[in-house]
Amino acid sequence: MTTYVLRRLMLMLPVAFLVTIGVFMLIHLSPGDPALILLGEDRTPQAIAQIHEQLGLDKPLYVQYFIWLGRIAHGDWGRSVTTHEPVAQAITERLPATLELGIVALVWSLLVAIPLGTIAAVRRGSLTDQVATGITVAGVSIPNFFIGIVLIFVLSVTLRLFPFGGYVPLTTDPWESLRHVLLPAIALGTAGAAINMRFTRSSMIEVLNHDYIRTARAKGASWRRVVFVHALKNALIPVVTIVGLQIGGIIEGAVVTETVFTWPGVGRLAVESIFNRDYTVIQGIVLLAAFSYMVANLLVDLVYGWLDPRISYA
Amino acid sequence: MTAHLLELEDVQTQIALRRGAIRAVDHVSLTLDPGETLGIVGESGSGKSMTALSIMRLLPRAARITGGRIRFKGRDLADLSEDEMEAIRGTEMAMIFQDPMTSLNPVYRAGWQVGEPLRIHRHVDKRASIAAAVDLFRKVGIPDAKTRVDQFPHQFSGGMRQRTMIAMGLSTGPSLLIADEPTTALDVTIQAQILDLLRALNRDYGTATILITHNLGVVAGMCDRVLVMYAGRVVEQGTTEDVFVHPEHPYTWSLLRSIPRLDATGHEPLRPIEGSPPDMGRLPAGCKFHPRCPFVIDRCREEEPDLREVRSQLARCWVTQAGRSLDSPDGR
Repeated sequence: MTTYVLRRLMLMLPVAFLVTIGVFMLIHLSPGDPALILLGEDRTPQAIAQIHEQLGLDKPLYVQYFIWLGRIAHGDWGRSVTTHEPVAQAITERLPATLELGIVALVWSLLVAIPLGTIAAVRRGSLTDQVATGITVAGVSIPNFFIGIVLIFVLSVTLRLFPFGGYVPLTTDPWESLRHVLLPAIALGTAGAAINMRFTRSSMIEVLNHDYIRTARAKGASWRRVVFVHALKNALIPVVTIVGLQIGGIIEGAVVTETVFTWPGVGRLAVESIFNRDYTVIQGIVLLAAFSYMVANLLVDLVYGWLDPRISYA
Repeated sequence: MTAHLLELEDVQTQIALRRGAIRAVDHVSLTLDPGETLGIVGESGSGKSMTALSIMRLLPRAARITGGRIRFKGRDLADLSEDEMEAIRGTEMAMIFQDPMTSLNPVYRAGWQVGEPLRIHRHVDKRASIAAAVDLFRKVGIPDAKTRVDQFPHQFSGGMRQRTMIAMGLSTGPSLLIADEPTTALDVTIQAQILDLLRALNRDYGTATILITHNLGVVAGMCDRVLVMYAGRVVEQGTTEDVFVHPEHPYTWSLLRSIPRLDATGHEPLRPIEGSPPDMGRLPAGCKFHPRCPFVIDRCREEEPDLREVRSQLARCWVTQAGRSLDSPDGR
């Protein structure tokens, strides 16, 4: 198991290498010269050349890449072009907020999806199933910023049950932190909940037709036991794949939600940096997103092994 | 008359299809006494498995018992609630299925699955149920039982999985074991081992067994009595010896004749049953076997015979009920 994880981490290196090339090229191929932004009105050719020299932009591209890669590997992700704050610091300051939002959104999506998908599968064709299907279609089709706005309007502005927007760190006040995170998490997690519910439902329907379900019934296991003990563990295997992709996608999903809820996370940092052409920060965020996909993939494979003993790590 | 362990009286089970309901089990009656082994023989789709699933009340969604009585230990199973039925399944009656490759849950350990009936019905804790599984594995001849209980089904061979299924069925000492084609999916050498095991268990524990098969050889070696089914109906019923020595229904007669004999001297051709199995949605009028029957007479095409006594057994045939014997069909 440990050797498996180590081997998987080794295998991630080439992927990570490709990702860094991609990220590096993406910024350098996009139009616009950071020197022009930094200089504002004083754009004399000498000043531009000086900035280029300072940032290393006058060197050949591959040299720039290896210099940059070396720094990345040492944890030096550069400094923000606009605020001069170290990029690594800017991101790590924002990361806890995004993680909290993402984790609560994921938990919310699973808490809704697994029970609802299971019930819909067991009672397929029933009113419950149809209502659940209707909610799913709505959940996927309504954009999350709109869900966010409706939630703010109904629950915060009108009913005053929740604060609208803002972030309280978990370490400062766990209860307040949770109260603040709930609405944005629901807005962010609902589309995922809908997709996960569909997956749980179809996977559960398939599993319930297997012979071993009949065997469990023949043993005298109750329906509840058959569904939640015998079927669910099998049915969750495909759901894990989708959830893995969602974990990796938290940062992207958070871009819009964090903006709507004035949530000081990585997503909003990304938006601000794009507007400011703050390419060092953008590079950092894209790298982080790519790495989180890779880590999520590894986690998915580990969960697979736990759910399905037929997968071996040998 | 003493009470039977199991008694089916005119049981009817229908399957709802888009084009209408089909009678998968049509007025089937049978009895089974403690310790006895009853064979149910027939082609695919003849209603053998549906009869078994009706007894267990484990029918698929579309199927439903529409009539008749199923009495088990004096209780009518149709009257029982689902909870009461769950208390009987896995304790007093157990079932093993055709395909051991798919009948075990792939994500749980073998010992966990074998000990599960004990945890459900006897409220034994997990550790004790696994210990019981080790004993059961030894009883059904799985070597290295202590290691095996901790393994998953995909680490087992087909024969070993069927042994696991049998161990699971026996865990609570049921008085009725239904084995639905238990050897069909297995290699011939493994088949013999599994049948030996079932025979030994029947002898040692006195578990009454219903053995469903399309293999007449299996019936001959295992069963006290046999019930032959065709198109959802019982066409012949009697002791294995009577039915095999002098079949009184042309379907049974044809089945027995179609078995290739290894000890045949000449170059005898294979003798399949003419025609194809009936379409359950469009059964012929009269006797359901008449389109394929070499002994057919006019009456067979119009009226369906009842199951009546013919010599020492029961048969559903106008020809034998009229006293004619099935030797060789006319003109053949």
